[in-house]
Amino acid sequence: MATVILSTDLARAHTDGETNFEVEAATMRSLVRMLNERFPGLGPALGEGMAVAIDGQIYHDFFLEEIGPDSEVCFLPAIEGG
Amino acid sequence: MAADGGNGYRWIGKRTIRPDGVDKVTGRANFGADFALPDMLVGKVLRSPYPHARIVSIDTSKAEALDGVKAIVTAADFPEITPENATFGSSPPNYRDMSRNLMARGKVLYDGHVLAAVAAVDSAAAIAAIGLIAVEYEILPHVTDVVAAMRPDAPLLHDDIFTAGAGPKPEKPSNVAKKVAFKLGDIEAGFAEADVIVEREYRTEGIHQAYIEPHAVVASAGADGQVTIWCSSQGHFMVRQYCAGLLGINIADIRVTAAEIGGGFGGKTTVYLEPVAVALSRKAGRPVKMVMSRNEVFRGTGPTSGAAISVRIGAKRDGRIVAATAELKLMAGAFPGAPIQPACMCAFTAYDIPNVEITGYDIVVNRPKTTAYRAPGAPISAYGVESALDELAQKLDIEPLALRERNAARQGTRTAYGPTLGVVGFEETLQAAREHPHFKSSLGPNQGRGIASGFWFNVGGESSSNVHVNEDGTITITSGSPDIGGSRASLVIMAAEVLGIDVDRVRAVIGDTASVGFNRHTGGSRVTFATGMTVVQAAEDIVVALRKRAALTWDIDVEAVIWEDGEARPAGDNAGKFEALTLRDIASQTPKTGGPIGARRSIMAQNPGAAFATHICDVEVDRETGQVKILRYTAVQDAGRAIHPGYVEGQIQGGVVQGIGWALNEEYIYGDDGCLQNAGFLDYRIPVASDLPMIEAVIVEVPNPSHPYGVRGVGEVPIVPPMAAVANAIHDAVGLRLTDLPMSPPKVLAAFDSES
Repeated sequence: MATVILSTDLARAHTDGETNFEVEAATMRSLVRMLNERFPGLGPALGEGMAVAIDGQIYHDFFLEEIGPDSEVCFLPAIEGG
Repeated sequence: MAADGGNGYRWIGKRTIRPDGVDKVTGRANFGADFALPDMLVGKVLRSPYPHARIVSIDTSKAEALDGVKAIVTAADFPEITPENATFGSSPPNYRDMSRNLMARGKVLYDGHVLAAVAAVDSAAAIAAIGLIAVEYEILPHVTDVVAAMRPDAPLLHDDIFTAGAGPKPEKPSNVAKKVAFKLGDIEAGFAEADVIVEREYRTEGIHQAYIEPHAVVASAGADGQVTIWCSSQGHFMVRQYCAGLLGINIADIRVTAAEIGGGFGGKTTVYLEPVAVALSRKAGRPVKMVMSRNEVFRGTGPTSGAAISVRIGAKRDGRIVAATAELKLMAGAFPGAPIQPACMCAFTAYDIPNVEITGYDIVVNRPKTTAYRAPGAPISAYGVESALDELAQKLDIEPLALRERNAARQGTRTAYGPTLGVVGFEETLQAAREHPHFKSSLGPNQGRGIASGFWFNVGGESSSNVHVNEDGTITITSGSPDIGGSRASLVIMAAEVLGIDVDRVRAVIGDTASVGFNRHTGGSRVTFATGMTVVQAAEDIVVALRKRAALTWDIDVEAVIWEDGEARPAGDNAGKFEALTLRDIASQTPKTGGPIGARRSIMAQNPGAAFATHICDVEVDRETGQVKILRYTAVQDAGRAIHPGYVEGQIQGGVVQGIGWALNEEYIYGDDGCLQNAGFLDYRIPVASDLPMIEAVIVEVPNPSHPYGVRGVGEVPIVPPMAAVANAIHDAVGLRLTDLPMSPPKVLAAFDSES
């Protein structure tokens, strides 16, 4: 099962402060869908202005990314530079 | 033309002739203000002299009646964007705020806020017309200080800002647009474990990106609704997108050409003049040119946030940091959007700290809306954190560099914002700094040495490019990324490397928005990484096509053809005996082998590879005048792979110099009337060549695994460490711990006075 880590702000807004979850999913799209079923409203929040780090690699366009059974999936605010 | 033996590449890492060099040093380069069209009008804007006022009325009748005036626009000429429609599309800006920033609606929110624009036959008529526009204001109380703006009784800029991210929605509006928080571990347990704790507050002033070229645009709107724009910008696709959103025009009806750009540093990642020029051109039926004065650049564009920072760091006696907190209050200017997220996220990322808590606030004040500036937010938090680390090192009696070595983040280190770090080169920068002769050199009286490090994410994103084989075998690259830091040279080098040909046979141009697929703006240190990948991939496609043409010519299987040293050759004796075909040979025969050869690639570049830097700064402090002189400065940075080391060094040197300016002199000075008092380079002091020694750039190469040549972005992280490096050097020189930027002579003298 993949380990999902939410930011403090997302957790406060959607999961009663819980930041770590175990989710069985093969792709980011299905992982986000499952999270949204568990915490309605979290899915759209993850798709807006967020990036994801899968095993330490950062993806801004992440819905098509595959995740391994032991992957760590960490959502973080998307960064724009100067 | 074999591989050079140095790094295994033919061109990567070589200091080739700069493709933009001759044009820039001879004045032949065309910047935004150089463009002109027949029958062109001149556009000027009216700016508010008040920092905060209700607009009771705007009467343009006298200006309209003036001879030579062809069009006047106010907010009434722009679509009103409702809060519900403020954002649309992917990664959107807030179009409602952007619209109200470029043309005030209802209220003016800062000194310099635009109220109206005029297009006239010449500059004199436009300026005269501006003087005839009558505005009735109801002046409101203002606030330009970030801490004062947070007070419950502070003048309110907007009545619809209810702090986001603060738990339940507040009952009352405030100037605090957003609160963010990042937590790792157990902060109370961490501090309980600490033997030594340092706690300190810092302030930084708002400063401008201070690009030399002011904003400039020519816009031409046709009777058929087609709009053409020529402008100086970090992203002409961004200009197209924003103009479409702000004016309600189809994106396909706008074509934007990027001029050569005279600096941006993040400040040209939004629009100011472009939509106004389009609106004027649509109304007048003629092209309109607008160019800002330096005064307008300071009052109406940029700047980056000023901030109030508090930092607390706890460590064990052996120097291991066990807990750290930071609170960051960043001013956003008149509309929300300070770089508070990255400021928080970068604060402690250079260090492996088990317990971290960072809180940030995005605060509106009566100043121009802030815009990105090199590594947005990161230099602000680094100033506090890296200064506090220096103090911690002294308390622990550990060499400052050794303290950083002891706590350095590496691959697998957990960050406060969630993920673990990938392959990074921070420790390598510390090692290179330690081994550098500068670190071992001696210092004289009133001289001191400061160390500071920095982190920046770097960015990938959408990039597109086309690569074409010309009839004579030369190569043209069309990219959609304005070149502000040498990206054309990097693209040329990477294409030449893949194709195995001389760099002189490759040229790169910046195509307009109709010539190449979408490109995110040039920013985030992303172009050599992201757009570079499109060029590498397209060049690889070209190689496949060239092998196919050779196979066709020789009537053998394509698998029996290899591409080597810029030639198609039979893969081995079994493939047959054929004379090698050069790129020129194949190009000359394309009409007989299937037509032109070209490739295009559009990608979403992921995994940009983070950047780390460590700087060493020596200063001498004049105890009589308070002047701080930079004696020597060495900046060590992990570039992943330096495609053109000269440009990488230029980026490092430029970032350091801007950071030194931020440290020592640059600041927005507001009077009690809320108006900017130093809107010009005579009063806003940026470092010039005579102020500085040669900045020594040391490139460390820990390749980014996500790029075919290992590239990491290099343009932003060099501005992260300098303020703390300078502050730490001042402390080392004369024992003063300065916590308020800029550390200008009056402040240094005041600190001496207060010490005595």
